[in-house]
This record gives sequence, structure tokens and C-alpha cells, in this order.
Amino acid sequence: MRVVLRNPKREIDVPAPRNVSHLLRDLEIVPEAVLVIRNDTLATHDERLSDDDVVEIRPVTSGGAA
Amino acid sequence: MKCGRCRAPAVIEVRRHNAGYCRECFVRHCGEQVRRAIDHFDMLGPGERVLVAVSGGKDSLGLWQILRELGYDADGLYLGLGIGEYSDESGRYVRAFAAERGWKLLEIDLAAEYGFDVEGGSRSAKRAPCSACGLSKRHIFNDAAIRHGYDVLATGHNLDDEAAVLLGNVLRWETEFLGRQHPVLPAAPGFARKVKPLIRLSERELAAYCVLTNIDYIVEECPMAGGNRHLGYKHTLNEIEERSPGTKAAFVFGFLERAHERFAAEVAEARDELRPCAECGAPTPGDVCAFCRMRARAVGEPIGVRSIS
Repeated sequence: MRVVLRNPKREIDVPAPRNVSHLLRDLEIVPEAVLVIRNDTLATHDERLSDDDVVEIRPVTSGGAA
Repeated sequence: MKCGRCRAPAVIEVRRHNAGYCRECFVRHCGEQVRRAIDHFDMLGPGERVLVAVSGGKDSLGLWQILRELGYDADGLYLGLGIGEYSDESGRYVRAFAAERGWKLLEIDLAAEYGFDVEGGSRSAKRAPCSACGLSKRHIFNDAAIRHGYDVLATGHNLDDEAAVLLGNVLRWETEFLGRQHPVLPAAPGFARKVKPLIRLSERELAAYCVLTNIDYIVEECPMAGGNRHLGYKHTLNEIEERSPGTKAAFVFGFLERAHERFAAEVAEARDELRPCAECGAPTPGDVCAFCRMRARAVGEPIGVRSIS
């Protein structure tokens, strides 16, 4: 499956894990720090994934000190 | 996963609330959390004019939309910070957002109005870029709210921002900053009232709100913020939150309920010692405020030669 990452924007191909939660664990991404977007809609952590999916992992952490 | 409210398929889970939400229930949840924060902390009164500081990011654009949907008379304020392509792009997002909705947007350009940008201010004042940026925003937002006659200035600080700032202040026992850390800073001579209506929403909830309501926001991080201490605190707190959902909210709201008052007296004392800046008139503990000192250094002027016009 294709995974789109941000900051900087890039794409990687990985074998589809069982679900969103496993994908984040495999990529060592803290779930609280991202949204997972599949086909322009949000995906919950229990959603199943397939090799045909294109998934964006969008960071939500922002901001300077002020 | 099902929505905990209506049993429709969920689009997002919020572990802090041990709940999943469908789109409609989640959008309603965001509005309810902002309403609850406004009411609990007495942030806004009926009929008051609100100026929302907007950056093009998810938090400020989300806040502006939620306030308007709750019925508030809210206009936007965008400050161009001169951070290269990043500022150009963030400005485009803000202008498109306001134009699509027909909402009033005030714009100020740091370089055009004050003669320097964030990088120049940072270099000349020997401050970290985020510090120069924060100082400029605090000064100019306050000045704009007063000058344009708004009752209150609203910023998009969310639960994660407040938790990260609180952690930083506690780790270094910044007692004056702890006394000032509150979702409402009341108006005082030279200061507009400032409120943080997003304090009950995490930044993940704000990002989800924007995606679900089709708010197009700048996803890229500010190129100057990378590796700063504040982002490190957020990362640490998110790892703790992952193991123990609800920790960030317990940290922030526990502080506000049980500890803030202990530090508030120090702030009141500091406020009593303020006098008008010799250059701009803003309240300051010295002769010339920190923003005017930074501006003078950045443009190569001696400090204190300008006077209030």
C-alpha cells in the first residue's frame, strides 16, 4: 500500500498491515500526534487496510513557543 | 467502531473521552467543548466584538468558524511575519477562507508596518525565532484589538499548547508565567482581554474538525519551529497520553482548578509596576517595551528615539 507522509511530504510503499493501529505501530508513529486519512475521509484505528489503499498520515502537532 | 452517541459508523476516536464519533456528532462535540469553555471561564459576553488571530493553520481557522457558528460577531486578524514562502502560503489560506465565507479579515504586514521580519528581529535581538515571533504577535495582536475597538482578542491555543507551555513553566518553575497561564487574561489599561476558547480541544480534534468541515488549512510546519523546546514537550506529552489517555487534560485543568491561584498574586504585583512604553505607549516594566527594543535593533535605530504619536 502507498503511505503519504508530511513535513516533508513524501510517499513510501509498505505491505498493508492488518489495520490503521498496526500501521502506526510499524512506522513508530504516536497515534495522538496524527490523523490517518484514507480516500479523503478519516480512518479510525480499527479500520482494516488493503494493499490497494492510499493512506495519508497527517501530523497535527504545530506551533512555536508563543 | 460506532459513534458513541448515535451508533452510526465512527470517523474518529477520542481516547480521552473513551468515545468514537460520526462526522455530525463530532462537529457538534467540538462546538459543545468551545461553548463549555466560554461559559465556564466567562470568556465572552453577548454582543461583544471578537477579533480572532488567524494564521492559516487548523486551530485558528477552526476557532473562527466555531465562534461564528456559535453566533459570535467575530472578525479575523492575519499578521504577515515575512517567513518566506511559508508566510506567503499561510496568507493565501487565510484570505481564501475569509473570502469564501464573506467574513471580515484585517491584515497587518510586519515588514511593511514595522520595518523588519521575524528572522531580522530574531537575529538583531538575539532571540530564538519563535521568541521573536511570539513577542511580535503578542504586541501587534493586542495593539490591533485596542486600536480597532474590539472587546476581546481570541487565539487558537488548544489543549496541547496549554499542556506544553505548562510543562515548560513547571519544569523551570517560572512562577510569574504560571500566574499568567489562564484561558482568560482580563482587560487592563493598555491590554485587551485575551481568551483561549479551544482549551478543551486537542490539536488532533482541531485537525479532524477541519478535515470533516472542509476547512483548507496549511499543514506544513513553520520552517523556523523545527526542533524547538515546545514541540519536544508536546511529543513527550503525547507519549504519556498514549499510555494514559486524559493525562494532558488532567494536567491543565488540575492546574487551573488547584494551583493557578497560588501564582496569580505575583502577576498582579508585576502589573502594578507597569508604565507606558516611551515609544508606543504599551504597558512595560521598563522605559521602552521589548517589542520596540527589538524593532529598533532590527532597523538600526537607537532605542527610545521614537515617541508616542
